[in-house]
Amino acid sequence: MALHIVAGIVQGVFMLLNIEKVQKSYPGGRPVLRDVSLTLDHGQTLALTGESGSGKSTLLNLAAALDSFDGGEITLDGTALSTLDDRGRAALRRQSVSLVFQQFNLIPSLTVAQNLSFHARLANREDTEWTAQLAERLGLSDLLARYPENLSGGQQQRVAIGRAMAPRPKLLLADEPTGNLDETASATVLDLMLSLVAEAGTALLLVTHSLDIAARLDRRAHLTGGHIA
Amino acid sequence: MTGAVIQALMSHWRRHWLQLATLLIGIALATGLWSAVQAINAEARASYQQASDQLALGLFDELRDPSGPIPIERYVVLRRTGWQVAAVLEGSLRVAGRTVQVMGVDMVAYPALPAVTQIEQSETPPDPADMLTAPGRLLAAPDLAQMLRTQSGLPPVLTSDSIPPDLILTDIGVAETLLEKSGQISRLIVLPDQPVGVPPLSEIAPELERVTASARLDAASLTDSFHLNLTAFGLLSFAVGLFIVHGTVGLAFAQRRAMIRTLRALGVSMRRLIWMIMAELTILALIGGTLGLILGFFLAGALLPDVAATLRGLYGAPVDGQMSLQPQWALAGLAMALAGTLLASGHALYRLARMPLLTGAGLHAWRGAAAGQHRTGLIGLILIAGGFAIGFAIDGLVAGFAMVGGILTGAALTLPFLLSLALSMFQRRARGPVAQWVWADMRAQLPGLSLALMALLLALAANIGVGTMVSSFRLTFVGWLDQRLTSEVYVTAIDNQQGRQIAEWLDPQVDAVLPIRSVELTHEIGPLFLYGVEDHQTYRDHWPLIATSAGEWDRVMAGKAVLINEQLARRAGLWPGDTLTLKADHTLTVAGVYSDYGNPTGQAIVSMPQLDQIAPGADTRRFGIRLAPERATEITQALRQQFDLPRQAVVQQAAMKAQSLAIFDNTFVVTSALNVLTLGVAGFAILTSLLTLWTQRLPQVTPVWALGLTRAQLARLELLRSVLLAAFTAVMALPLGLVLAWALLAVINVQAFGWRLPMFLFPVDWAYLFLLTLLAAFVAAALPALRLMRLPPADLLKVFANER
Ligand SMILES: Nc1ncnc2c1ncn2[C@@H]1O[C@H](COP(=O)(O)OP(=O)(O)OP(=O)(O)O)[C@@H](O)[C@H]1O
Ligand SMILES: [Mg+2]
Repeated sequence: MALHIVAGIVQGVFMLLNIEKVQKSYPGGRPVLRDVSLTLDHGQTLALTGESGSGKSTLLNLAAALDSFDGGEITLDGTALSTLDDRGRAALRRQSVSLVFQQFNLIPSLTVAQNLSFHARLANREDTEWTAQLAERLGLSDLLARYPENLSGGQQQRVAIGRAMAPRPKLLLADEPTGNLDETASATVLDLMLSLVAEAGTALLLVTHSLDIAARLDRRAHLTGGHIA
Repeated sequence: MTGAVIQALMSHWRRHWLQLATLLIGIALATGLWSAVQAINAEARASYQQASDQLALGLFDELRDPSGPIPIERYVVLRRTGWQVAAVLEGSLRVAGRTVQVMGVDMVAYPALPAVTQIEQSETPPDPADMLTAPGRLLAAPDLAQMLRTQSGLPPVLTSDSIPPDLILTDIGVAETLLEKSGQISRLIVLPDQPVGVPPLSEIAPELERVTASARLDAASLTDSFHLNLTAFGLLSFAVGLFIVHGTVGLAFAQRRAMIRTLRALGVSMRRLIWMIMAELTILALIGGTLGLILGFFLAGALLPDVAATLRGLYGAPVDGQMSLQPQWALAGLAMALAGTLLASGHALYRLARMPLLTGAGLHAWRGAAAGQHRTGLIGLILIAGGFAIGFAIDGLVAGFAMVGGILTGAALTLPFLLSLALSMFQRRARGPVAQWVWADMRAQLPGLSLALMALLLALAANIGVGTMVSSFRLTFVGWLDQRLTSEVYVTAIDNQQGRQIAEWLDPQVDAVLPIRSVELTHEIGPLFLYGVEDHQTYRDHWPLIATSAGEWDRVMAGKAVLINEQLARRAGLWPGDTLTLKADHTLTVAGVYSDYGNPTGQAIVSMPQLDQIAPGADTRRFGIRLAPERATEITQALRQQFDLPRQAVVQQAAMKAQSLAIFDNTFVVTSALNVLTLGVAGFAILTSLLTLWTQRLPQVTPVWALGLTRAQLARLELLRSVLLAAFTAVMALPLGLVLAWALLAVINVQAFGWRLPMFLFPVDWAYLFLLTLLAAFVAAALPALRLMRLPPADLLKVFANER
């Protein structure tokens, strides 16, 4: 037990995320993840590809401490996720990870400005200057008073990225963030994301279908048949 | 094609069975509460109708002797001179612990009495001779007839459906023996078709007074206001129920837009779709309406005994405590359910019909925009202003109710606007991100909840308003009883002579013996009871005067003036300084007005010598006895023994107060029952809104969950939100309820009953109601909150994965 913890701490020095032999199946379904192992270092970017239904989103959600898994272990920034209860997982999401999904990231009842700062304020790490800079660079300065339902898809995703980056997270998990956007919008959003991640020293795990996008990241992993190929 | 469309439409309900249940319950509650009130009203009215029809009481003029019974000789004289009159003897009889009224009619003079005609047309008609010769026959309603047959010493009993409960109809000869009042006549019925040329009454029987049928206040008009109150409540409950229907149908249609768009794209015309949806709504309305009728039937059955007691106690109106199912009632209930459902769905249907084929507006576009909130708020303000304007400009009960209706509806319409205003204020003041989100989210939730909250507002306001009215009334009533029932013991002698003996016997033993003498006169507003009192400090100290003039008692006792009750004052518009004509060439100045709650008729007080002049020879059978309160029981028993008086002839003040209060409380049992039910329906409306909003909730809640709040935290916030919204609504309901109370006390009561009541405030009741509201909101939100807490993360994650 003690050894296990020590090992975790030592790992944490190099590795931000360590996924080890993780298994996951949904109630009443075949196993989605059979034996998945994957690591990610601080500041590294990794593209996760795989065909539809291969379990990319599932893996991402497990890494984000959104859902629990059936076997194996995920260690995030020195914390073994299997040891956490609901509150522990929530705290981890607040403090260490940021998320961008394909859609419906934003809180509908809050304005763009409120959405932008929401995560950082939850994590008690609000940096108004940085947030303002984010808004500026993401081209959101004129939209701050609007509500999400009055934004285009690309604008919404830019707000989601701004919100995710505002607390300067150690890890950003993005699940096809440009999946719903046309090519130009998609390219803009991706460029912005990559430059911000590099600047903040944030590690990025990006799920994508596009090989072009995958090629721009440090590493690539392919998920198939419940394993990383 | 029709089959496929039906299948598509039905599939929605299969997936949203809770929504279907909610819709049906909404229709059932609305119909049920409304029909219950209708059943009660109809049942009570049918009873009065029976009473006046079958005995022909309301149809004919009557002759009465203001000073007491009519001697038999007068009757003989009248008939001999050609007057077509029938003698009636009335009295009460105790049979097996139950008081029944006995009405003896001279059946020789009036053989065509409707109840008798009906029996004679039955399959086994009695021999007319049996009715008239000893031992005679008694006619009674089935229930009473059964009881009478078990008693020995009574004549044979015939059953008739057309006789009111608690009444025995018989020949006057039989009644004389039953009531032990031989040779007496209570009144004479003037039959139709009087021969021409009969001598005028003033020549042959000057002491008799002819009372025209229209001058008598009949039970129906007396109790009209009571029924109006009930109807208003029924309508309110109906409206509250429709809020549920409106909310559910709106959401169901919104959720079916995608399907309907698909159906239209597949070539189903909008017209056809609308017709099919109308048919669907009709079927649902009929199912819900039938459930409502069953509910209403049992509810009415449960409430009717109290209503019957109230009507008997307060107005002396005969009402059976039994329910009978009538087809027109069921039909009317179903029609109401149908009309209500279509009315509540009209808006949603209209929007559906206008929906363009291609736009992909989701649920957001369905929700009312802020501009809409402003507009309804403005309409609400106009309605409130209009309500007040009508109330102040026009007199009458209907205007009073129109005022209340305008204020209530108007306030309900302004509620969303006011709530939104309050919420944005709190949002601006909120510090933490979660607090800010909670306020913002509540505002976003408002459009979906506003109907339920309006229903809650109305239910709470009705509760506060009616509660304040009843409690104010009760407080006033208790105080008034204390003033009015000043003597410790009241005694009623059998006749004048015994009255004198009692007075003589009592005189040395007690502080004072106050004779109470009364006659019944008629006034244009109806019967007028004139009381004579002897001068005593008791009256001067305690009589509950609400309008006075200088030296009123001195002037009354000097025979120069009269005191009248509030009912007479308001109905006839008489106030101190005006004059009241009691009898031809007998006019007195009104010196004061006193409150006289619970009495439907006019009353006036003069000095004893005045009464003797107006109605010479009136009996003095009632006395108030002043003595030390602790001796009341002793004197009561002594009186009963000494003069062999029945129990009810000697009453102690305490018992009389208790009885009056019991009648009073009975009157409002129904009102408070409806009050609680309405509040329950409003609570249910909140629950159903929260449940139907559930699918819209997840996209609001899931991002926050993903950002680091636990499901338990979110569930607690859901509870908090519901409780906060209810609390805000309750805060706004308080002033509305007080306005309603004022309208009831100062406008409706005056118009309906003829008295105005002071308003008292009962903060403890409000606090209790407030807690009850919070509890209801908590319970309503508990189910959705629990669902959220237990929801597996995988289900929450679907929000991000699904294209909605
Ligand atoms: N919440 C859930 N409940 C049940 N089964 C799920 C759930 N989410 C995913 N699945 C199933 O798990 C498998 C993997 O789904 P997942 O969403 O992880 O795939 P994916 O690789 O992200 O696919 P895509 O590229 O289409 O987004 C699929 O078969 C899917 O049906
Ligand atoms: Mg996916």
